[in-house]
Amino acid sequence: MSVRRLAKEQPPSFAFSPDSMEKVNFWLGKYPEHRKQSASIPLLWLVQKQEGWVSEPAIRLVAEMLSVPVIRIYEVATFYTMFMLEPVGSAALIQVCGTTPCALRGANDLIEICKTEIGPKSHLSADGLFTWEEVECLGACCNAPMAAINDYYYEDLTPESFRQIIADFRAGKKPAPGSYAGRRSSEPAGGAQTLSDASLYDGSRAQPLAKIPNAPEPEPKPEPVA
Amino acid sequence: MVGILEDKDRIFTNLYGFHDWGLEGAKQRGCWNATKDILSCGRDWIITNMKNSGLRGRGGAGFNTGLKWSFMPKEVKDRPHYLVVNADESEPGTCKDREIMRHDPHLFIEGCLIASFAMQAHACYIYIRGEYVREREIMEDAVKQAYEARLIGKANVHGWDFDVYIHHGGGAYICGEETALLESLEGKKGQPRLKPPFPAGAGLYGCPTTVNNVESIAVVGTILRRGADWFAGFGRPNNTGTKLMCVSGHVNQPCNVEEAMSIPLKQLLEDHCGGVRGGWGNLKAIIPGGSSVPMIPAEQCETALMDFDSLRDLKSGLGTAAVIVMDKSTDLIKAIARIAYFYKHESCGQCTPCREGTGWMWRVMERMAAGTAEMREIDMLLEVTTQVEGHTICALGDAAAWPIQGLFRHFRPEVEARISQYRSGRPHVQGATLIAAE
Repeated sequence: MSVRRLAKEQPPSFAFSPDSMEKVNFWLGKYPEHRKQSASIPLLWLVQKQEGWVSEPAIRLVAEMLSVPVIRIYEVATFYTMFMLEPVGSAALIQVCGTTPCALRGANDLIEICKTEIGPKSHLSADGLFTWEEVECLGACCNAPMAAINDYYYEDLTPESFRQIIADFRAGKKPAPGSYAGRRSSEPAGGAQTLSDASLYDGSRAQPLAKIPNAPEPEPKPEPVA
Repeated sequence: MVGILEDKDRIFTNLYGFHDWGLEGAKQRGCWNATKDILSCGRDWIITNMKNSGLRGRGGAGFNTGLKWSFMPKEVKDRPHYLVVNADESEPGTCKDREIMRHDPHLFIEGCLIASFAMQAHACYIYIRGEYVREREIMEDAVKQAYEARLIGKANVHGWDFDVYIHHGGGAYICGEETALLESLEGKKGQPRLKPPFPAGAGLYGCPTTVNNVESIAVVGTILRRGADWFAGFGRPNNTGTKLMCVSGHVNQPCNVEEAMSIPLKQLLEDHCGGVRGGWGNLKAIIPGGSSVPMIPAEQCETALMDFDSLRDLKSGLGTAAVIVMDKSTDLIKAIARIAYFYKHESCGQCTPCREGTGWMWRVMERMAAGTAEMREIDMLLEVTTQVEGHTICALGDAAAWPIQGLFRHFRPEVEARISQYRSGRPHVQGATLIAAE
């Protein structure tokens, strides 16, 4: 568990923009009537996408929209670590994965770079451009070490490429996410050694099947299920 | 040929994303082929064939998927049935579901339809971890394509009204536990529920629900198309099929690869991943199934097979088949201390042994890594792990205890040496060591 509190300074109010409102309705449409509370995480996420962080007035508004007590949304916002409870850097929110698989491949070097280039973790940098934090496994272990920057994954990083990415964000550019070692995704470096059989892709798999294997004949016999 | 499995027997033919993930590309690769014929064989036939295929759940626990489906009520009464797919992939070392969602989403959606039909569910929720933003976008697009082609939805071509909804989480490992996932899907904190009642009796919104892993669902279509015996032909008995394996850490080429179950661990690393960094002799230990399972030392890696039973016999586990390789340069104590921190961070705080125990274990592990712990604390730590293990609602307590137990089972002398080394050269006067430690 980690202790998470709302920021000391809060804005006076919060309202969804028309764009966000459209998405709010899209999410609310996914759940049965009377089960709108299900949308609490997606709605808080939309708040964060709009403002960069989740504020107290926003929590109240979401609670009102979902017709639940404020504490129910408050506890969701403080339980899930993806919700930022303080304002974040305007250029980039950098989340470096520090869990063992990434640490084995050099994530600690990336963390050192963040410390020297940006400052103490989980706080807005002095220039207001960056926030960085060390997060737990982001699920891209075959492309370690990696960092999620503004939601998208930057993989196969080296200290040099990571420094360059930070410099680019500082300069107002938007470096492309993906692998920085020239890989397409999680195939072995240097090219895939499998999935080279051309017959997988020539459409022969899409031909109608003569028969489903083991299909019941002539018509399905219901069998007792254990 | 590398490995055991031939290309023609691979299920995830777009694993690396070199081809079109969209509907047209997926159909070209055989997805959505004869789905209607499969459904027309009836739900009992589907469940029987899934049982015969021997597919064991790919989320880590390894429970027979067909059997799990058969626990659902036979008839729909006043409460609707739900299928919930667990795409909250957060086990350290695991990155397979991500590739399925962003590169083969239609195989996955097809599996959802077949599984839902077999369980008489008209709605399926896919719970994707919050950090997978790109993967979620692709899934939303793929679902939209499937709706537009009337493969799913009301009055679709398959004759079974079926809706798929994508949901996302907020970055909590614990939501990979099925009841915590359901709580989270209901919009609450992800704290696991007591079982019973099991989800098949009262799950999402109190209705009968089955929760399956992404990989377990995505393989269903291909298994039924090619036959249960085809799938059961790979691997050893009770450990059948093909499996996505994620290799990370100190290998020359970390990668995801689909392989036959029961492939020797050594062959997996040498054939697909370019071997251990610095050669096989440089290997120190391997965590074979994601961070929750105990590690195995290099000498046992020689003979270990990648399946449930072989690794269980080595007092480890297959888990999600996420192989974390550590060579001789690794500080194992530090690596396990980092895993202990992970569990401390991810404990939901509901059960006292886990909430307090994970933090305590992490702090002691950090001192062991620095060498400032005391010898007698080793046994104390091991005793505490046994008191956390099995005394919590969900398995996170167990998962936090096992890596530490695995370290001491095989590398206790290393920890003792670290402590001795720290002590040597420091005055053994009462009080002095305490000052030094600070």
